[in-house]
Amino acid sequence: METLLLSRIQFAANISFHILFPTITIALGWVLLFFKLRYTQTGQERWMEAYRFWVKIFALSFALGVVSGITMSFQFGTNWPGFMEKVGNIAGPLLAYEIMTAFFLEAVFLGIMLFGFSRVPNWLHTTATFLVAFGTMMSAFWIIVLNSWMHTPQGFEMINGVAHATDWWAIIFNPSMPYRFAHMVLASFLTVSFLIAGISAFRWLIGGRTEGVRVALKTAVYTAALLIPLQILMGDFHGLNTKEYQPAKVAAMEANWETHSGVPLVLFALPDEENRENRFEIGIPKLASFILTHDWNGEVKGLNDFIGEDGEVLHPPVSPVFWSFRVMVGTGVLMLLVSWAASAMMLRKSRGVAGLPKPMLYALVGMSFSGWVATLAGWYTTEIGRQPWLVNGVMSTKEAVADVPAPMVLSTLVAYLAVYAVLLTAYISVIFYLARRMSRGERIDPEYPKSEAAVARAVPGE
Amino acid sequence: MHIFGDPTVWLPFAFAALMGVSILIYVVLDGFDLGVGLLFPFADDSEKDRMIASIGPFWDANETWLVLAVGLLLVAFPAAHGDILTALYLPVTIMLIGLILRGVAFEFRAKAPAPHKAAWNKAFFAGSLMTALSQGFMLGMYIMGLEWSWAHAGFGALTAVFLTVGYSFIGATWVIHKTDEHLQRKAVDWASGGIWGLVLGIGAISLATPYVSERIFDKWFSWPSFAYLSPLPIFSGFLVAWLWWMLRRMPFHNDRWSWLPFAAATSLWIMAFGGMAYSFYPYVVPEKLTIYDAASAPESLFIILMGTCIVLPTIIAYTVLAYTIFRGKATELRYD
Repeated sequence: METLLLSRIQFAANISFHILFPTITIALGWVLLFFKLRYTQTGQERWMEAYRFWVKIFALSFALGVVSGITMSFQFGTNWPGFMEKVGNIAGPLLAYEIMTAFFLEAVFLGIMLFGFSRVPNWLHTTATFLVAFGTMMSAFWIIVLNSWMHTPQGFEMINGVAHATDWWAIIFNPSMPYRFAHMVLASFLTVSFLIAGISAFRWLIGGRTEGVRVALKTAVYTAALLIPLQILMGDFHGLNTKEYQPAKVAAMEANWETHSGVPLVLFALPDEENRENRFEIGIPKLASFILTHDWNGEVKGLNDFIGEDGEVLHPPVSPVFWSFRVMVGTGVLMLLVSWAASAMMLRKSRGVAGLPKPMLYALVGMSFSGWVATLAGWYTTEIGRQPWLVNGVMSTKEAVADVPAPMVLSTLVAYLAVYAVLLTAYISVIFYLARRMSRGERIDPEYPKSEAAVARAVPGE
Repeated sequence: MHIFGDPTVWLPFAFAALMGVSILIYVVLDGFDLGVGLLFPFADDSEKDRMIASIGPFWDANETWLVLAVGLLLVAFPAAHGDILTALYLPVTIMLIGLILRGVAFEFRAKAPAPHKAAWNKAFFAGSLMTALSQGFMLGMYIMGLEWSWAHAGFGALTAVFLTVGYSFIGATWVIHKTDEHLQRKAVDWASGGIWGLVLGIGAISLATPYVSERIFDKWFSWPSFAYLSPLPIFSGFLVAWLWWMLRRMPFHNDRWSWLPFAAATSLWIMAFGGMAYSFYPYVVPEKLTIYDAASAPESLFIILMGTCIVLPTIIAYTVLAYTIFRGKATELRYD
C-alpha cells in the first residue's frame, strides 16, 4: 500500500480510538456534576454512591482520552505537515485556544475532583467537578470549530498558496459548526446515557440492587429517551446543512448517482463504483427528495455531477459513506425504541426500575456501547464524505501527506493497533469488573465516611 | 501589533520564548513523574503505591505542558513542525506509545483485578522508560541537526541514557520531598546514585555540542559571550557539589529542607536548558530554519498571543492551587 492510504488509515485509527473517550467524558462530567449537586441538595447517600462509581469510570476514560489525544497532536507533524503549512494560520490559533482554555483546565482540576474531596471544602470540590465538565466541553467546542471549518471553510484569503485569516468570527461560526457541535454533544450525552443504563442494568441483573444503581439507571434511561428525538431532529438539520455546502457527501450517503427529482430513499444497495450504479437497490420512492428538500419532487444532486473535466473523481468513495450512514441511523432508531420502551415500562404504575423485565435489562446491557457505534459511524460518514478534500475545495488530502516511507507508516500503524486492541479490551473488562465488585458489596476503595462526617471533614475549622 | 516594533521580529521571538518555557516546565514537571516511573523496579509493592500517590494528582496536568509545547511549535512554526517531526518519526511513535502505556497503567493498576496489578506496574515502568529514552534520543538527534547517521544515532543513544538518568534523579528528589521514613531514605540513595549520571550527562552534552557545530563553538568561545556564559558551568558545578554534600547527610532532623534537592535539581535543569536555548537561537531547526523564517503570519500569532497573555497566568495560578492543595507528604490516593 502507498504512504497516502496508510497515513489515512493511521490517522483514522488514532482518531477513532481517541474519540471513544472524549465522547464519554464530555457528557459524563456533567452527569457527575448532576449527581454531586443532587447529593448536596438532598443529602441522600445514593447520589454520592452513584457519583463514586462513575467518577472511577470517568478517571479511566479521561486518562485514555489524554494519552490518545497527545498522539493526535503529534500526528499533524509526523504524517500531515502540509496541513499546517497551508492552513496553519487558521488551524493554529484554534488548536492553541483549545489547549489553553480547555486542556489545562480539565487536567488541573481533575486532580482536585478525583482526590480532593477530603482536602478541599465541598463547594470547591463541586466547582472542580464543574470546571472539568466545562473544560471537556470547551475542548470539544474548539476542535469542532476547526473540524467544521475544514468542511465549510470561510473567512480567509489565499496569499501565495497560504491561507490567511480575514474574519475570525466567520471562521469560528462557520456554517456547519453549530450543527456539528450540537450533534456531537448530543451524541456524547446519548453515549453516556446508554453506558450508564447498560452497566447499571448489568449490576441490577447480578444482584447489586442498591439505591445508587437505581437512581443511575433511572437518570440514564430518561435522559436517553428525552435526547434521542432531539438528536434525530438535529441530525436532519445537519444533513440539510451538508446538502447545501457539501452536496457530494449527501449524494454518497444516499448512493444517488444521477441528479434528478423525486429521488428514492435507498434502504439497501451495493454501490458499484466501477460502473457508477447501484446493484440490488431497494428504496422508498421519493422519500430522499422529501427528507432533503421537504418536497416530494425536489431535485437532489447526484454523484455524476462531481467528476472533473479531466475525469478526476471529486466525490468521496460511495460504499463506506453509504454504509456508515446507515449504521449510524440504524443505531439511532434502535436507541429510540429501547429507551422509549424502557421509559414506558418504568413510568407504568410508577414502578420505576422494578418495572423493567429481564429481557429489557438484557437489551440495555447489550446497548451499553451503542453510543460508540453510532458516534464512530457518524464521524466516518462526515469525514470520509469530505474526501478527496482535506479542507473542502481548498486543499486535497494528498497535498498534505508527509513523504515518510510506506513501511515506516505501516509498522507504526501495526504498533498502534496492537496497543489499542489491548487497551480497549482492558477498558471494557475493567468497567465490568468494577461493576461486579460493587455488586458483591466490595468497596473499590477504602472505607469512606458517612455524609455528615464527610462534610464536616471536608470543611476544616467549622 | 507594532507595540514592540516589527511584528515579524518580536512575535516569533515571543513564541520561541513561550515554547522554550513550556518545554522547560514540561521536562521539570513530567520529568519528576517519569522519574518516579523509572524508579519503580527498585521499590516494593507498598512503596510503589506511595510513589504513585505522590504524583497522582499532578501527572495529567504535567503532560499537558508537552501538548502545549508541541502545540506552540505547530501553531507558531508550522514549517519547522513538519521538518522536525517527520525526521523524528520513529522515536516520536515510541514516545507516544510509552506515554499511552504509562498514562493508562496509572489507572488500570488501581482498578484492574489484583493479579493483573504486577503486569500494569511493569507497563508503567516500561512506558516511562520508552518515553524517557525516546525523548533523550530526540534531544541528541536535534543537537546533531536532525541528520540520520550511525554516529548521530550513537550520540542520540548516549543522550537517551543520560536524560533517563536525569529524569530518575529528579524523580528521586521528588520522592524525597513527598515521602518519609524508609522510602525517603531509599530515595536519598537513589538520588545519590543518580547524581553521577547527571554530571556525566550534562558534561557530555556540553562537550559534544560545540564540536558538532562550528556556529555554536564560535558562540561559546568568543569574547565577550564567553564571559557571560561562564557563570552557567560554574554555578552548575557548585550546585552539584552542594547536592552531593547534602544528599550524604539527608534526611535532616524533623524533615527539614526535604524540598531542597528537588529545587536544586530544578535549578540545574533550568541552567542546562538555558545554555542549550542560547546555543540554538535563532534556529528552530538547527542550522536550517530560523524562528523568523518558520513563523506563522503575524496576524495569527498576535491573536494567539492575546489569548496567551490572559490564559497562561490563569493556568499557572490554578496549577499552583493544585500543588498547594496536595502539598505535604503523599498519602493514600482516595476518591473520597
